[in-house]
Amino acid sequence: MISLFQSHAGEFFTGFGWTIASSVIALIGSLILGTAFALLEVIPNKLANIIGRIYIEVVRNIPLLVITMFFYVVIANIIKISGFAAGTFGLTLYTSAFIAETVRAGINAVPKGQLEGAMSNGLSWWQAMRYIVLPQAFKLVIPPLGNQFINLIKNSSVLAFVAGLDLMYQANQISQTTFDTFGPFIIVGIFYLILTMPMSYYMRYLENRLEKNGGRA
Amino acid sequence: MSGFFSAFSWVNMRFLMMGLGVTIEVAVVSIILSFIIGSVLGVIRYVKIPYFSQIVGFIIDLIRNLPLLLIIFFTYFALPKIGIHFGVVTSTIFALTIFESAMLAEIIRSGILAVPKGQLEGALSNGLNFKQALWHIILPQAYKTMIPPIVSQFVSLIKDTSLATIIMLPEVTYRAQIVYAQEPSAIISMFLALAVIYFILNFIISKIGDLLDRRMAA
Repeated sequence: MISLFQSHAGEFFTGFGWTIASSVIALIGSLILGTAFALLEVIPNKLANIIGRIYIEVVRNIPLLVITMFFYVVIANIIKISGFAAGTFGLTLYTSAFIAETVRAGINAVPKGQLEGAMSNGLSWWQAMRYIVLPQAFKLVIPPLGNQFINLIKNSSVLAFVAGLDLMYQANQISQTTFDTFGPFIIVGIFYLILTMPMSYYMRYLENRLEKNGGRA
Repeated sequence: MSGFFSAFSWVNMRFLMMGLGVTIEVAVVSIILSFIIGSVLGVIRYVKIPYFSQIVGFIIDLIRNLPLLLIIFFTYFALPKIGIHFGVVTSTIFALTIFESAMLAEIIRSGILAVPKGQLEGALSNGLNFKQALWHIILPQAYKTMIPPIVSQFVSLIKDTSLATIIMLPEVTYRAQIVYAQEPSAIISMFLALAVIYFILNFIISKIGDLLDRRMAA
């Protein structure tokens, strides 16, 4: 297995790089998109709430693979995008629904008096949201957001379906050229663990600390 | 545009529905198995048997932090190398059960930890032994609070069955791909059909979960 790693180190590290790139781009994209949809759900406007709700419910209940394949098969045919881009778009869209749900829970966990207090001090709803409620909400949801990011890294393996050049794709390629169906998957598994394990322990530590401090970060 | 509607033909829909049957079959077996195994693992992690619980805990953490797709690949392509041969359906069920058991073990452990300590102490001081206290006092309360996360884990299990497309499990996503590979005009209709099928299936399960949660809470 060590010789396999040495002879294919380039491919493994390329895959590692693409996995990280896809995860980080999708994280940033889905944080923005997810926060937007979370806000859509708490805005004092019934129509916006319904739109936000429908988006979250629909996207959450469809497999990531179906969304990703849609981007790869349908959208990539209309506008020329690579498998990596299609996969990352799909990942962003899918994760945004979960982040929206998390951020909304965070906003709801901020005591109502904060928003009312801010508004009675002359801030508009948007200003109160932006400067008073959201900063507190984000503090509360750091551990669940971290867990979403871990899921995102794991989910980025669907890029293998759309020739996304990521770790899983490389493992598949290497196993097809070397006829070794054991080693590449073990090595790639270790790469994934290097990314996800430390983060998952850190998130558990944060959760415990949050609990001990009575919900204060 | 005519391809869009003609794709929803009786033949195609029947073909997809047979795939839905496979999806449900694989999902139900995996749900039952992973619920049982996950509960046992969660309890093992909670009771802290020296060394054993730590080792189990570490393995659970390893599995939880790996992509399910990798586990599916590994089960189907790597295990035969060490003499374990599974068919496509068994491989999928095996991989899903391994992965989801680890996920559920973590949910169940944190659910047990959320039961107030006084419950265990009270049960023990009333003469129950630890096993009885766990079975009759702690677990029933723990499961009640865990219904929402367990149900959402089941929903993600159903979605994850689609990953078995890669080992050619003839479930609904795989069949949709076969249909649009033969009739390219059916692409959009097939994706729409997939979205609707998965949405309805998962929405029903979420709603059953909500109902169960409300009834248990009352």
